[in-house]
Amino acid sequence: MYHTLVALVEDKPGVLNRVALVFRRRAFNIESLTVGRTNEPGVSRMTIVIDSDQTSAERVTAYLYKMVNVLQIEDLGAIPAVARDLALVKVAVAGHDRAQLLRVVDETRAHIVDSGEQTMTLEITGEPPHVDAVIARLEPLGIIEMVRTGQVAMRRGDTALSAAQYA
Amino acid sequence: MPNQRTGAQIIWECLVHEGVSTVFGYPGGAILPAYDAMLDYPVRHVLVRHEQGASHMADGYARAGGGVGVAIATSGPGATNLVTGIATAMMDSVPMVCITGQVPSKLIGYDAFQETDITGITLPITKHSYLVTRVQDIMPAMKEAFHLAKSGRPGPVLVDITKDAQQASIEWDWDSSPVKIRGYRPKQTVSRPELDRALELIRASRKPIVLAGQGILQSGAMREVQQFAERVDCPVAMTLLGLGAFPASHSLNIGMMGMHGEAWVNHAIQEADLLLAFGMRFDDRVTGNLKTYAPHAKKIHIDIDPSEINKNVPVDAAIVADLRETLQELLGLLAKSDHGPWLKYIASMKGDSAVRDIQTLPDNGHLYAPHVINDIWRLTEGKAIVVTDVGQHQMWEAQYYHHETPRTLITSGGLGTMGFGLPAAIGAKLARPDAEVWAIVGDGGFQMTQAELSTAAQEGVKVNVAVINNGYLGMVRQWQEFFYERRYAATPLRSPDFVKIAEAHGLLGLRVEKRPEVDDVVKRARQAEGTVLIDFRVEQEDSVYPMVPAGADLDAMIRRPQPSVLVETAADPI
Repeated sequence: MYHTLVALVEDKPGVLNRVALVFRRRAFNIESLTVGRTNEPGVSRMTIVIDSDQTSAERVTAYLYKMVNVLQIEDLGAIPAVARDLALVKVAVAGHDRAQLLRVVDETRAHIVDSGEQTMTLEITGEPPHVDAVIARLEPLGIIEMVRTGQVAMRRGDTALSAAQYA
Repeated sequence: MPNQRTGAQIIWECLVHEGVSTVFGYPGGAILPAYDAMLDYPVRHVLVRHEQGASHMADGYARAGGGVGVAIATSGPGATNLVTGIATAMMDSVPMVCITGQVPSKLIGYDAFQETDITGITLPITKHSYLVTRVQDIMPAMKEAFHLAKSGRPGPVLVDITKDAQQASIEWDWDSSPVKIRGYRPKQTVSRPELDRALELIRASRKPIVLAGQGILQSGAMREVQQFAERVDCPVAMTLLGLGAFPASHSLNIGMMGMHGEAWVNHAIQEADLLLAFGMRFDDRVTGNLKTYAPHAKKIHIDIDPSEINKNVPVDAAIVADLRETLQELLGLLAKSDHGPWLKYIASMKGDSAVRDIQTLPDNGHLYAPHVINDIWRLTEGKAIVVTDVGQHQMWEAQYYHHETPRTLITSGGLGTMGFGLPAAIGAKLARPDAEVWAIVGDGGFQMTQAELSTAAQEGVKVNVAVINNGYLGMVRQWQEFFYERRYAATPLRSPDFVKIAEAHGLLGLRVEKRPEVDDVVKRARQAEGTVLIDFRVEQEDSVYPMVPAGADLDAMIRRPQPSVLVETAADPI
């Protein structure tokens, strides 16, 4: 089962290493990991997706919680949340494929962000399953290169994860 | 300017302000500025013979005295040599600050001479660590390091300071930066619903047992645990590191649990209907097979570290808070109860162990390690601080030296670090110069760090070293006897003449080969000035009983054979 862990961490050198250590020690493979700034100064936000059972996810959450540089941690697995993933996909456009490709773009809300003589680069944004689905449709056309940001996620509703009380 | 200080001076200013009077270390290139500044500060420096000795001494110092131990080393090999001691302290939650020199900041990452990424290496074995490259960051790092080391669940913190940061100067003011660590919340308050849940379970229990761990010592909850046990009329079983947290002579103290615990204690745990885990972490050496562990018992876990809850054993009530405060709240709400039948039942199980107990068996002219240790207990009236190494002698110490007061048994529990004993004993003696300190070590572990005898001699530290010399790596030999058909691979051990080793250091060395000699030699060692080593030539193939094989059910113990055919005497000289 996939767990989406969200951690607010201090923006300091070595913090990513410390967080990664918790997963490495238990031999977890991280499905995706994103790090970025937040609206709070000195606070970064990590979204970590792991494939694990409930017990292991709880252990990891407990270890992350007690880490000195980790300010807040929550598992969005069981909480209604908004999740987004972004992919850039470079697809081959040999003559007869172009129309087919444009049809996929049209039907899937993908954007053309660049085009060359031989290729076209698409941006796909959405819930991770949506991104998966679009990629599946592009595969037969010949994917040359692809990158995904990994998931970012946030609770739905008015409650917010914040480190403000630990400023 | 009056408050101008170099980084090196700031290190010592911080140590003095933190109340540190003794540090353990070894100089070298990258820490030289700090060593130069040291001479101007009122701190005793103990020069070790190997940096591992420094980290174990700081550990023993902290465990015996209750403060923070400090170890200092240079970069590269100096720092890596600390690692075993840091890992030991991490596993046993010992407050320790390690200060290492680092190559100049401009050279970091260039494979400079004696450069090693020590903060990287120690990441999994420190509570936290700092790489300090600027002089203005030294004081905040040092303050935070001490705060982290001793608060919450204690642990080792490493501060790695570049040589240029030590050499640079800055306007300095101790009060200018109070400790502020945003993500660190060591103190949790007791939640009322969890307290009520615990009370409900305690009131409903007919067969409760307290599992007393080292958290009791660290929280200073000795009095509260005793009040709790007496109020609830509840037997108290001890973990290895908990020994001393509850008086051995107390009628409710039923003894040690686990792999080499008392048989009746393990049986009682398996039959209990409630376990009250006080500052302990359900280590595998304590539980045996988790699937069959205490199958009838509800569990209440009180621990300051939230990550320990439900880690090994799922619990029915968890209180994440300071143990002492929690027990004070519980005691305010608990009425007196009576568990006479349960206590009587546990006592009735002791008979079977008594007939097997080596203390009740005649020595028949042989020298048995358990007899030696029990004799030392008797002769020191149970009042010594005993520091052990790791192995059979360690378990016999736990079984046959009865500890009445906290911080009188210092032993590497979690990591099981051979070589810990002698240096940790030196550290303990320096923390508690008023106390009689015994290092009880095996012939194997002793030789790992025996160079620290030289430290003891140079520093004029008096430690009585009892080498339990059986010519084997005894605990491994025992496993080979039980589980590997007595195929003694790499366990027979030929040692030097330990008496001469002591004498070579200018210390008194004594030898004991027969039981009747024990009393006189122990008395002589106690009266002699300076460190004394006693080479106890004990039976070679005696084993520690009972024993729960690793991963077996807690009550599936190997017992000492009955009646008293103890061991064969090895004909060969060691």
